[in-house]
Amino acid sequence: MNMLSEAAVEKALDKKMNEVAYKMIGKDVSVYYGEKRALFDVNLNVRENTVTALIGPSGCGKSTFLRTLNRMNDTIENCRVTGKITLDTDDIYDKEIDVVELRARVGMVFQKPNPFPKSIYENIAYGPKIHGLARGKADMDAIVEASLQRAGLWAEVKDRLHESGTGLSGGQQQRLCIARAVAVSPEVILMDEPCSALDPIATAKVEELIHELRANYTIVIVTHSMQQAARVSQRTAMFHLGQLVEENDTDKMFTNPDDQRTQDYIMGRFG
Amino acid sequence: MSTPLILLILAIIAIVCYVVGTRHALAIAGGVSSKLHSRPGYYGTFVALCAVLPAAIILAVWLIVSPFYINSTVLGGFPEDVRAKSQAEQGLAFGMVSSLARGMDVLTLDEIDSVGADPVALRSALGAKGLPLAGDPEPYMVESAGDLNAMNKISNRLMTAIVLIVALIGAGFSYTRISHRFRARNRVEKVILGSLVVASSIAIITTIGIVLSMLTEAGHFFGRVPAWEFFFGTVWDPRFAAAGATASEGQFGLIPLLLGTLYIGFVAMLVAVPVGLFSAIYMAEYASPKVRGVAKPLLEVLAGIPTIVYGFFALTTVGPFLRDISSKINGIATGDFANFIQAQSVLTAGFVMGIMLIPYVSSLSDDIITAVPRALRDGSLGLGATKSETIKKVVMPAALPGVVGALLMTASRAIGETMIVVLAAGVAARMQLNPFEPMTTVTVKIVSQLTGDLEFTSPQTLVAFALGITLFVITLCLNIYALFIVRKYREQYE
Repeated sequence: MNMLSEAAVEKALDKKMNEVAYKMIGKDVSVYYGEKRALFDVNLNVRENTVTALIGPSGCGKSTFLRTLNRMNDTIENCRVTGKITLDTDDIYDKEIDVVELRARVGMVFQKPNPFPKSIYENIAYGPKIHGLARGKADMDAIVEASLQRAGLWAEVKDRLHESGTGLSGGQQQRLCIARAVAVSPEVILMDEPCSALDPIATAKVEELIHELRANYTIVIVTHSMQQAARVSQRTAMFHLGQLVEENDTDKMFTNPDDQRTQDYIMGRFG
Repeated sequence: MSTPLILLILAIIAIVCYVVGTRHALAIAGGVSSKLHSRPGYYGTFVALCAVLPAAIILAVWLIVSPFYINSTVLGGFPEDVRAKSQAEQGLAFGMVSSLARGMDVLTLDEIDSVGADPVALRSALGAKGLPLAGDPEPYMVESAGDLNAMNKISNRLMTAIVLIVALIGAGFSYTRISHRFRARNRVEKVILGSLVVASSIAIITTIGIVLSMLTEAGHFFGRVPAWEFFFGTVWDPRFAAAGATASEGQFGLIPLLLGTLYIGFVAMLVAVPVGLFSAIYMAEYASPKVRGVAKPLLEVLAGIPTIVYGFFALTTVGPFLRDISSKINGIATGDFANFIQAQSVLTAGFVMGIMLIPYVSSLSDDIITAVPRALRDGSLGLGATKSETIKKVVMPAALPGVVGALLMTASRAIGETMIVVLAAGVAARMQLNPFEPMTTVTVKIVSQLTGDLEFTSPQTLVAFALGITLFVITLCLNIYALFIVRKYREQYE
């Protein structure tokens, strides 16, 4: 068996790779903040209906990469992106692409829960209204309910839909933000350390939610917690100093990584 | 000793106390300052404060109280027939006495001897020294002046002695208190805290004082003119205060003035709010840091221009321009080239006042809009909203309470504005609704009622205080309401 040629193995692997459906493909992505270069030629593909975790020490560029995926970097002065990122087959940095349309397809959940100072209902209805997804009140009600259901928040808030979203607890606020992102029916959801401002119980709920969302959405999550990456993701990408060190199956990543630096980081030797 | 000299001595005592106290504390600690509870300087400061503070308070109280006591004693010494006269005449007599007393200080002993008891000679002698008297002093006045001088002298000596003794006792007492464990720092900090409290209460106390003084005068006015005639009167025609006239001659209706104030303020806000808000939104959301860095200070410079300058602008440029253009429009429309906008009109004043208010609106709103957290903007943009949708639906609603508060404060400025109105809308108190005609405001009438030679007992003058208190109450209510709104709806971003 051992005599099975390496070429054959390669071939088999290639075949397997080819079967994988990639939702987003990043090719030679570099990001500059003014003169400073924050990302160096990152090649990272995001698989469909998979949770991909981005890990690495602070300032390694993982959040920067995440934000390139729905062009949130556009809102930062002096920020420049080179390389190519495609969503399905569309180059998202192409001039033909409307950033508004892109962000409707690639939603984002932020580090700190940031519900709008409006009612819970209005928070969810905000996106669908902007994109004209609902036809009439009944339709909107259905969208709001479905989104809250998906975010596992419906049971908790169904009697207080018209109270302010800022009155919820931190964990509920974050799930509200996830529901808000879900409401515009995106294909990809980006999460930037969604649990860093939450207590352990709220974190567990959000993680559970991420598990469930995977069935319908492609998820990319930045996290500082390696346990979290291990718990929620199927693929993990390790960044260091603006470079992609390694991208692998999560199981392999945390047991037998290919790169020494990943090993060191996971063992807590730096970062 | 003169007061400045006493103050100088106190200052010297303070410095000496500081140095001595600091040294003494160090000596107690054997030169190792860490053995002391507080840093050595605090001990010095403590000694200095103990010496100077009580002494200074006594000095201040003495300076305020002693003249009252001395004056009443001197007045009490006046002959019966003088004391039977009216308050005003007693005041005149006392004025003469105090000038005499000052004069007698200037004269040398020889000169006083040569003048003797002859009041006329005294007057001429004082006149030669550059101290003219209003009339020939009567003999009792000379006597009283002597008493006054004597009492002043005693009072001054007593004060000097007591103040200096208190200072020395304070210094000595606090010096003996210095020890290892003595908490000098806490004491000194308490005194500093006290002075901070005093400083902040001054503004409040002054406000109360202003209100009380206006209330008193307004009370006098309402004693002459019924309150309902003032608050609900529709005619403003105060006439002139005729000499000796006691009854109210004119009509003091507040309504035309209030209407003018609100009307002009309304037109001003109509100009200032949209322009100011839009410029704030541009500055906060769209302008690049470079543009913002130049434009924002420029806009704020506008806020520093004295309003009289805006008044010139209205008088010489805007008013005539509106008048001419109205006559042209009229000519094209009807063939009659008569202007339908007066050079001085509600429109002119409101427009120019609006321009004056733009920087307030934009600067205040800009601060409020910038304070809306970035996370909210990101959240909206992340959902695929455009920048303008984000501003309309997330940023502005979040900033709204603050902006409304800012607008109310701006409105209270508009109500209090005077100079622009005088020059741009005139002084005619009229009740009408045509924005092209002149009107006037409460503040303008306050100024005109209080300008010139006045008799402070006629309703024509006193009405200014009634107007003032009315205006004060209106702007106070606006400001309180603004604060209330801002507090109530302030989002819990933190």
